[in-house]
Amino acid sequence: MSARRLLRIWTLGVLLVGGALAQDIPHAFVGARIEPVDGAVIERGTLLVRGGRIVALGPVADVKVPDDAVIIDAAGRVIVPGLVCSHSHIGSVAGADGSSPIQPEVRALDGINPLDPGIQKAQAGGITSVNVMPGSGHLLSGQTIYLKLRDVRTVEELAIKNPDGSFAGGIKMANGTNPMKEPPFAGTRGKAAALMRAQLHRARDYQKKLADAVGDASKAPERSLGLEALVEVLEGKRVVHHHTHRQDDILTVLRLQQEFGFRCVLHHVSEGWLVAEQIAAAKVPCSVIVIDSPGGKVEAAHLSLTTGAVLDRAGVLVGFHTDDGITDSRLFLRSAALAVRAGMNRDKALQAVTIANARMLDLQDRVGTLTPGKDADFVVLSGDPFSVYTRVLQTWVEGKKVFDFADAKDRLMAMGGYGASDGQVMSMCCYTQEGQ
Amino acid sequence: MFAIACVVLSLGCPQEPAPAPAPAPVAAPAPVAAAASKSFAVLGETVVTMVGAPIVNGAVLVRDGKIERVGTAVELALPADFPVVRAKVVTPGLIDAHATVGLSGLLNVPHDQDQLEKSAPMQPELRALDAFNPRDDLVAWLRGFGITTVHTGHGPGALISGQTMVVKTHGRTVEADVVVPLAMVAVTLGDGGRGRDGKAPGTRAKSIAMLREHLQKGRDYVAKRQKEPTTAIDLGLEVTAKVLAGEVPLLVTAHRAHDLLAAVRVAKEFGIRIVLDGAAEAYLVLPEIVAAQTWVLPHPAMARTGGELQNGTMELAKLLLDAKVPFALQSGYEGYVPKTRVVLWEAGVAVGHGLPADAALRALTIDAARLLGVDKRLGTLEVGKDADLALFDGDPFEFTTHCVGAVIDGVHYGGAPR
Repeated sequence: MSARRLLRIWTLGVLLVGGALAQDIPHAFVGARIEPVDGAVIERGTLLVRGGRIVALGPVADVKVPDDAVIIDAAGRVIVPGLVCSHSHIGSVAGADGSSPIQPEVRALDGINPLDPGIQKAQAGGITSVNVMPGSGHLLSGQTIYLKLRDVRTVEELAIKNPDGSFAGGIKMANGTNPMKEPPFAGTRGKAAALMRAQLHRARDYQKKLADAVGDASKAPERSLGLEALVEVLEGKRVVHHHTHRQDDILTVLRLQQEFGFRCVLHHVSEGWLVAEQIAAAKVPCSVIVIDSPGGKVEAAHLSLTTGAVLDRAGVLVGFHTDDGITDSRLFLRSAALAVRAGMNRDKALQAVTIANARMLDLQDRVGTLTPGKDADFVVLSGDPFSVYTRVLQTWVEGKKVFDFADAKDRLMAMGGYGASDGQVMSMCCYTQEGQ
Repeated sequence: MFAIACVVLSLGCPQEPAPAPAPAPVAAPAPVAAAASKSFAVLGETVVTMVGAPIVNGAVLVRDGKIERVGTAVELALPADFPVVRAKVVTPGLIDAHATVGLSGLLNVPHDQDQLEKSAPMQPELRALDAFNPRDDLVAWLRGFGITTVHTGHGPGALISGQTMVVKTHGRTVEADVVVPLAMVAVTLGDGGRGRDGKAPGTRAKSIAMLREHLQKGRDYVAKRQKEPTTAIDLGLEVTAKVLAGEVPLLVTAHRAHDLLAAVRVAKEFGIRIVLDGAAEAYLVLPEIVAAQTWVLPHPAMARTGGELQNGTMELAKLLLDAKVPFALQSGYEGYVPKTRVVLWEAGVAVGHGLPADAALRALTIDAARLLGVDKRLGTLEVGKDADLALFDGDPFEFTTHCVGAVIDGVHYGGAPR
């Protein structure tokens, strides 16, 4: 290694504080075991990034590192794509309130605190993209928001945008015991489905009125923020992220999905292992939660650690999620590891915390694999992604380092300790047990 | 030379070929009679006894629920037809040093939550024995991960919520499974111990005042019973008398540093034993905890860092070890999901955050046994102890390792690896 290159390594820290400037300088991570997820593992590889994008990756001998590149010795490290969590409540998020069961006009966007330590802890866990969900406890808790965990101060800077400039996100629905309450909420499963179907029919009517009024503003219906969001659902522009646990509740979601033709991801899916064939036939992906024991709520009494493996073998697209604060974003890789323990294919388990979730969020062209042209979102690990002994050493988002275990403040976020949770709001989705 | 027959003990025959025969021992050991139906051997590529170095290609001979012999497979020289169970790694049965399993039921509905009675702030008379449901599925769930003994009982949430006990995870009846019927008396300080709906105690100072008054009442009761043996029995104060006599410690759930020190203050005043439970901020007052010579049950490594645990750290167990504070590991209490944590996994995450694996295994076995006063029966693989073992197909702490079985009192529990 030339003296000039050594100097560049030495000055890495200085360069990184340069922000955008640093992003424009190529960075080469040399000597790592690279798990690109969309291709074979590279045992001793180089990952080259520049301008916030992945430029190249391959065996050390094959990747030409530009002369002006900052070289990071990554020998002995493992590099995987930035993790994508398809269901989280970080950022002190709150969505719909207790006034009614269906609130599609409410946006998670407007309820997020970008300075919440939960976001930094997610970075410490290697998460770079996340679907932040509002709720819970409603049939429809509001619009979700997809975030990139950049080091920024506003939610607009965190938000991922659609090609048309709008905020990327889905909509959060739920069934089962989660939204059951006194009126105006549903008290039974039958009522819950009826309320949701009636609302989707209203959205269809609104959609038709809008279509009929094209070219004649006088015929247009009065603007409804809620119905607008549901029209996006009917048109497939906004994915339904549907909380559902019990096997019959899962099938109710599929029934609704077929009736109205919306795009849907099933979330939690505790009893998905009982109806894997039906889920596979419906071609609906599943975002599965991994919990250390069954129960805790009636609808999760038959939760199984094998759900990921069973659904995967049935041909379902499987992802995992943290549901943070239900499980800790810093231990997201553990969820996939426990699925491997329960019989899931190892490659599929890694996909389930990266590209599978990216697909569920329509972000597969930008994140989820280490592919030239995609965003330079990746995690530097100390070892095997599924080992208890492995630590997240660094997390990079769009070519910028957002977490470094060697930094004392970042270490505090990774391990916990005094002040690590100052100001953090732990959202306990679906937490209704009285008096606890 | 010998060949070990594969006897189906629900594990079925191992897929791997048997290890190469070991050389014959110099002195032929006494042969083992295989006649007794309750006799079998557990063979491990690594047998971690917790006394001395792990035994490579070790064997534990089980007879009538006890450990009869421990050594290398060669030393035991088992007859060819002797029933065996094999595993890659064998450890003593794991001990969860504090849980509420069996009282805080799986469904988490009011009718299966018996860990907390809210009618009064101090009820030491509530026995864990009378509330433990050995057939709750979560008891079997823990057994599936090699946890053979739990210290369980009344949970946090009241100033004195009731008693705890030590019980095996057979899942039979509490009478059949209990090891120590009265282990500790559960106390909660800080926010968790506040009364509900405006009832006392409403503040930290009030909590301590009420606790001190109760202990004083216990002293008075003991004195009165000695003077006037006909004095009516008070079930609660009978238990408090055992606390005052040093027979039973208070299990004090507290997280903030100043609450931990308040507990130490009360213990010193009344000369009683305490065990600090949770102790999220213990790292701020390590010298004081060392001086008080109390055990600590650090909160589960994966406990949510909200509320009074906001300053919790996944490094807590390691920090206690470094400060030489005696500790054991626990699954604790969860109000929601996971309804029971798995102490093996909590230990694993502590290991992933700096706790050496051997210290973690000690905390899950012999140290927990010492804390609970059952180290003569449990916690190591030694002759004469209960035949409680945990069987794994690799490093017990690794995420992807399976528990392939457990033995409790000589009863082998196999089933699907977990």
